Amino acid sequence: MEIKTMKRVDIIFAMEGVDPVKVVENAIKRDQDDIILDMIDSGLKGRGGAGFPTGLKWKFTRNEDSLEKYVICNADEGEPGTFKDREILDRVSEKVFAGMAICGYTIGAREGFIYLRGEYNFLLKKLNQKLSVFNAAMKKLGLDFVIEICSGSGAYICGEESALFESMEGKRGEPRNKPPYPTVSGYLGKPTVINNVETLVYACMINRLGAEEFKALGTKDSRGSKVFSISGDTPNAGIYELELGMTVDSFVQEFGDGDTKAVQVGGAAGGCVPRKQFTDTVIGYEGIPTGGSMMLFNSTRSMYNVLHDYLEFFTEESCEQCTPCRVGCQQLLMGIEMIKRGERTPAYLEDLKKLAKTMKISAKCGLGQSVANPFVSIVNNFKEEIIY
Amino acid sequence: MSKYTVNLKINEIPISVEEGTTILKAAKELDFRVPTLCYHEDLCVAGNCRVCVVEQTGSKALVAACAVPVSEGMEIHTNSAKVRSARKHIIELLLSEHNSDCTKCYKNGNCELQSLAHEYRVGDHVFADLVTGKHTIDNYSPSIIKDDSKCIRCQRCVRTCTELQSVSALAVAYKGDKQKISTFLDHPLVEVVCTNCGQCINRCPVGALIEKTYLEQVWDAINDPTKHTVVQTAPAVRVAIGEELGYDPGNRLTGKMVGALKRLGFDSVLDTDFTADLTIMEEGTELLSRLKRALVDKDPDVRIPMTTSCSPGWIKFIEHTFPEYLPNVSTCKSPQQMFGALAKTYYARKKGLKAQDIVSISIMPCTAKKYEADRPEMRSSGYKDVDYVLTTRELGDMIKQAGINFKNLPETNYDSIMGDSTGAGVIFGATGGVMEAALRTAYEIVTGREVPFDNINILPVRGMEGIREAKVKLEGCLAEWSFLEGVEVSCAIAHGLANARRLMNAVKSGKVNYHFIEVMACPGGCLGGGGQPIPTSKEIRDKRASAIYQEDENMQIRKSHENPEVKQIYEEFLGAPNGHKSHDLLHTHYTARNKY
Repeated sequence: MEIKTMKRVDIIFAMEGVDPVKVVENAIKRDQDDIILDMIDSGLKGRGGAGFPTGLKWKFTRNEDSLEKYVICNADEGEPGTFKDREILDRVSEKVFAGMAICGYTIGAREGFIYLRGEYNFLLKKLNQKLSVFNAAMKKLGLDFVIEICSGSGAYICGEESALFESMEGKRGEPRNKPPYPTVSGYLGKPTVINNVETLVYACMINRLGAEEFKALGTKDSRGSKVFSISGDTPNAGIYELELGMTVDSFVQEFGDGDTKAVQVGGAAGGCVPRKQFTDTVIGYEGIPTGGSMMLFNSTRSMYNVLHDYLEFFTEESCEQCTPCRVGCQQLLMGIEMIKRGERTPAYLEDLKKLAKTMKISAKCGLGQSVANPFVSIVNNFKEEIIY
Repeated sequence: MSKYTVNLKINEIPISVEEGTTILKAAKELDFRVPTLCYHEDLCVAGNCRVCVVEQTGSKALVAACAVPVSEGMEIHTNSAKVRSARKHIIELLLSEHNSDCTKCYKNGNCELQSLAHEYRVGDHVFADLVTGKHTIDNYSPSIIKDDSKCIRCQRCVRTCTELQSVSALAVAYKGDKQKISTFLDHPLVEVVCTNCGQCINRCPVGALIEKTYLEQVWDAINDPTKHTVVQTAPAVRVAIGEELGYDPGNRLTGKMVGALKRLGFDSVLDTDFTADLTIMEEGTELLSRLKRALVDKDPDVRIPMTTSCSPGWIKFIEHTFPEYLPNVSTCKSPQQMFGALAKTYYARKKGLKAQDIVSISIMPCTAKKYEADRPEMRSSGYKDVDYVLTTRELGDMIKQAGINFKNLPETNYDSIMGDSTGAGVIFGATGGVMEAALRTAYEIVTGREVPFDNINILPVRGMEGIREAKVKLEGCLAEWSFLEGVEVSCAIAHGLANARRLMNAVKSGKVNYHFIEVMACPGGCLGGGGQPIPTSKEIRDKRASAIYQEDENMQIRKSHENPEVKQIYEEFLGAPNGHKSHDLLHTHYTARNKY
């Protein structure tokens, strides 16, 4: 498809002239602190959605005094509407491995793990084959760094970094209290860098291209490009790497079907942007951040059903450890059902919005905190659809 | 490593505390109570109920006071509008998933959620009812009832079962709205590794885990003129019953308790301490004979170390966890069961009663005792030796129900026979107590002299350290015990089943060599038992322990073998310790069980 108003970028999937092992070979000739400076300078932020500066994460972990450190690639891609990591792992896994190896060299880790979403087990065989070649190549380079794959078991919550560690340690996937953060105490209580699949590829490519080329793209707060998983009411569903900093409006111009009434940015845990806010909303860390999921809805869709689906999803996927999320999700779901059935007055929506606000500030982890995003944005903008 | 001091402000008041201190503890130092539910000082921090959230200036989200350590320059508000609103919401959410039928709940009046709901004046429930029709009650166990409709998922029970007890009978199961606290394959507690210790009951903030009560059956027996009710009271009950009746922890109330039991209408009020002394005679003799078989006869079948068998939680634990060590467990029944067997034989004969007319009741600090009394092997008298077991809490309820003004009761003595006890019997209620009592007697039997400790207080075996070791050298032995001359008797003590597991693993690895091991399933021993007043904490257990040792020091006789009624029962009825009759009535056997 031809894109007119936005810049399509080809960093993530480009393999022509890119030898990931060579990128690692060059990187490990450099001083670790220089690599970190480059990473910070590039402005790369976590591509999983939370947007923590990657260079700082590496720096904090490097600064920790520990014999054991770990690099973990978070490939538990479970956000509804996200399917980019699967594609990245399928097509350019060596670049992910290289990003991990550079990180390992930088922070002083000898082991790396890919926590692969349970539903992506069909990739296992291929990934393991490629890994054995890559691990052997690292050994040949004299880099003491080995990557293994750890398979998830199908819980959304295990994409939350500390729940992921618990799961890797063989325990029930429940988020931990923070602090301490993973850079201090992660997998097995050791300093750990945990990065999204896409982040690691960018880390690899920043080492190849240099920080300048990366930060030339995007805006001040959102440097570089990003891979988007585009789905819903669009004639052009699929995966696109685009420069950051576009408005929802220009996005809809390119990808909408002419009848787009809302875009859900960032998956179920993200926010819903209604048509009237398209022009004012920037996709990026200064506006509405996303882990890549962009779902378009046209006027044939019931936003009640959309919200209901999301809430059902959260109710099922909550680890149920903390009260606000465990009970809150169930109450929000039952709440909109009761209003729809006329068992509660529309005024109850206000109670539910207050509840969502409490969840946002009091839940233990990002899952519970983010349920308010779709809830409040959909309820505020499509109140009639929720009530009637 | 020396700790830094951190300066912060809580509700605008500056305070300096050691680094690593949680916001919760720092606030407590300033006398600000932050409410908690999932927090329990005996357990690791979970931070999952979120009731303790407080506002940290500069942070958008609230933080859990129990889980977050203080940091330099932090400004905390424990009662801001944002905090109050979130906290009230959280309490309302908990109530929406909690069966709030308070008037019918065993924990009515002693429920942390109820208190919070009251404190925050939670009125009409705003949120939908998530409870009705969704839950099951597991009441198959003779000890513990688990009612999921009351559960607020704070996971205190899970942490208790896993961390304190290393039993892991309870765990979090399923996800999403189906999540619950459950057991292996959702089997009833009575069919899994649960040891019935009841520590989960002591830490459940609500009424989701309670003991099975036998109050009505006991009232019926008291009110039945054809029945003769015999009640025995365990050592740890007398130092804790006060907590149920408005006293501070650590009060010794033996005389008033006996008086209350008489007023309740029991025909005979007797003392488990009597059979505790008897246990020492039997178990001490068993230990000495095992040592003789090992050292003199070189019998390859004899198993050393010998472990105690008084704690039914420990027995169930070892049956599941280390069944290969069952031959190491003393064959002595627990004092409760020795008492039961004697009540319907020796006591019945002395009093001219028929065994079938006696109802034998015990007041225990323990829930596992309920299970123990139900074991098929506990019918040596030809009848169920102990008919009903009540906890300290249930006794408190009976006294309240009968309208007895406990504080004004006169001191009353136990009845006879089987009412005499010694200081050695009393200290059975504290961790290390059985060991100390046994050493007092065994040392004297072997050497003819008192144990070489100041005022016979064997301090090395006392305390709240999880595992303790002690060595006592036998010197100047009497002729018949000359094979023990110079032997250093090596002892170990563990309390809480996680410590028991550690100790047994050490024994198994061969890294340690002991002659005698005392294990109590509950932290602190029986005084911290699962049937004791709620709440429990280290401070409360320490107070109960010092009350027990005071009781011992105040006794005229402090050695089991000097108990006159014990001497009498051997002369009149049992013959010698470990004799034929003892074996029939006072000893038992164990059953290897599954590991799940």
